[in-house]
Amino acid sequence: MTADTAILAEGLGKQYKSHTALHGIDLSVPAGSVLGVLGPNGAGKTTTVRILATLITPTAGRASVAGYDVVGQSKEVRRRIGLAGQYAAVDELLTGRENMILLGRLLRFGRRGAARRAVELLDRFGLTEAADRPVGTYSGGMRRRLDLATCVIGEPEVLFLDEPTTGLDPTSRAVLWDVVRGLVADGVTILLTTQYLEEADELADRIAVIDAGRVIAEGTPDALKRKVGSERLEVTVARPEMLADAVAALAMIGGGQEPVADEAAFRVSVQLTHGLDDVARAAAALRDKGVATTDFELRKPSLDDVFFDLTGGAETRTAAAAGAHQGDKG
Amino acid sequence: MTTATATTTAKTAAPRDGGGALPGYVSDTLALAGRHLVHLRRSPGRLVLVTMNPLVMLIAIGYLFRESMNIPGNVAYEDFIMAGIAIQVGLTSVGPTAIGVAMDLRNGLVDRFRSLPIASSTVLIGRTLSDLFVGAVSLTAVSLVGLGVGWRPHNGFLQTLAGFGVLLAFIYTMLWLGILLGTAMKNVEAIDGSGALVLVILSFLSNAYVGVGGLPGWLQPIAEWNPVTSVITTTRRLWGNDPVGATGTGFPSEHPGLVTAIMLTTLLVVSVFGSLRGFRKAVGN
Repeated sequence: MTADTAILAEGLGKQYKSHTALHGIDLSVPAGSVLGVLGPNGAGKTTTVRILATLITPTAGRASVAGYDVVGQSKEVRRRIGLAGQYAAVDELLTGRENMILLGRLLRFGRRGAARRAVELLDRFGLTEAADRPVGTYSGGMRRRLDLATCVIGEPEVLFLDEPTTGLDPTSRAVLWDVVRGLVADGVTILLTTQYLEEADELADRIAVIDAGRVIAEGTPDALKRKVGSERLEVTVARPEMLADAVAALAMIGGGQEPVADEAAFRVSVQLTHGLDDVARAAAALRDKGVATTDFELRKPSLDDVFFDLTGGAETRTAAAAGAHQGDKG
Repeated sequence: MTTATATTTAKTAAPRDGGGALPGYVSDTLALAGRHLVHLRRSPGRLVLVTMNPLVMLIAIGYLFRESMNIPGNVAYEDFIMAGIAIQVGLTSVGPTAIGVAMDLRNGLVDRFRSLPIASSTVLIGRTLSDLFVGAVSLTAVSLVGLGVGWRPHNGFLQTLAGFGVLLAFIYTMLWLGILLGTAMKNVEAIDGSGALVLVILSFLSNAYVGVGGLPGWLQPIAEWNPVTSVITTTRRLWGNDPVGATGTGFPSEHPGLVTAIMLTTLLVVSVFGSLRGFRKAVGN
């Protein structure tokens, strides 16, 4: 029944009185894989997760999770999912153990079964020492781990993680990533939303980029990176007046693509079409024009580039930089 | 990996009962009520507030102002005021219950509960059960202090007990009113203010401290039909603390039990349905 596709969404739409949050989202997540849903704030990531987790109903399209319809068979879906929302949904006045036992009891493990499961998971998530302290005294990372631990009490087939590491320090983030990888090793299907491209790159088998309520790209991290194009050469010049010369020099190798200048950072970047040959020509051209460089760097496309490329964030980025520049003057 | 094997063994070791719906519903409700009782142990503010407020009124009005209070008939003021003090346990509960619901809605805990295969009503019923327990504890404390300052029921054990039953029914209705407020308003500061307003208006526009006849003429019909007045009159009569004429002369005064039953049932039904609806809607945003 749940054979191949753990999460399937077809034309999922959500219309509110004042605005449309989703304009037809299509997703398909094979069982046992991790889908990273990437997008800026307000793109519709959380709305999508809430629909799939049966918290809200879509106004268009349909979706099934673990083989059950999220609207018509929501109770069956709820038996098979875990949801970690954007805010660690744990009770601050209860201890870690009490939180676990409460959720265990609600999942019908019985008092004793819930207590046993709590011990097991607290240990697995590295919370045994803090188990009997009220959660109010936990650090942000510990809270998230407890939150995740409460999610997997019922051994869900599908786990929804809505921005699981937002606001965490790098160490806690790395710990949480390990926890997620452990769950993947157990065969859990995970849909994870994030604003961090690095996170999607680290954890996801496939990535869906959402912007303004639509999926604007979908594929493996590598495929998406390839989509953005080949390597780029980034040259930082010593003085701002050299920017124009640098742009002229690099225009020769762009293969039709104009070099992009970032005036605030004294930086010009251009796409390479002929690999190392282009690098050699660029170096020569810059020397001929007498441009002094402080940095000469070859960059492979990162998911950040994919993201900015797809969401049209490149313009916003330079606009923001220009704004900052003007702010300096004023 | 070791973790993977641990999970598989747990799966077989802890079978979940998919059993009857009703026992499941009850155990879910009790588990959720237990959560609030732990809260109470860790942060007993609610119990203190709900108990202190009536006690302060008992001392302020029942002791400090008692000489200036004119009540009809020939009942001792300690006897007269006790039912009016006791209903304050219910009125004071409205605010904290509403705030508790609003806070749960705010921090995502309700999302978690809603993503579980449990009925969402258990979350609210669980809260009212533990809050009712708090109400019963403060009612006991307030009554003991009342006995200390001279209050006496005069109608025997069963009727006295029935009086407490009416009060508990009133408290439970007020808890649902609080939940309705919490799901409808969500803003904690606003709830705090309205809770206080409910307390002041409903208790002063009633026969809690003076007979209805002691209020300005145009307010008398309002006070007469105030559900709090009926609850107080019913309780007083069951306790043998009711002087003739304290309620006025209208229908509510002649049939306080009937009016109480109808008003509380209506209020309870409206609050419960409104709350469940508001709760689902609040989560759906």
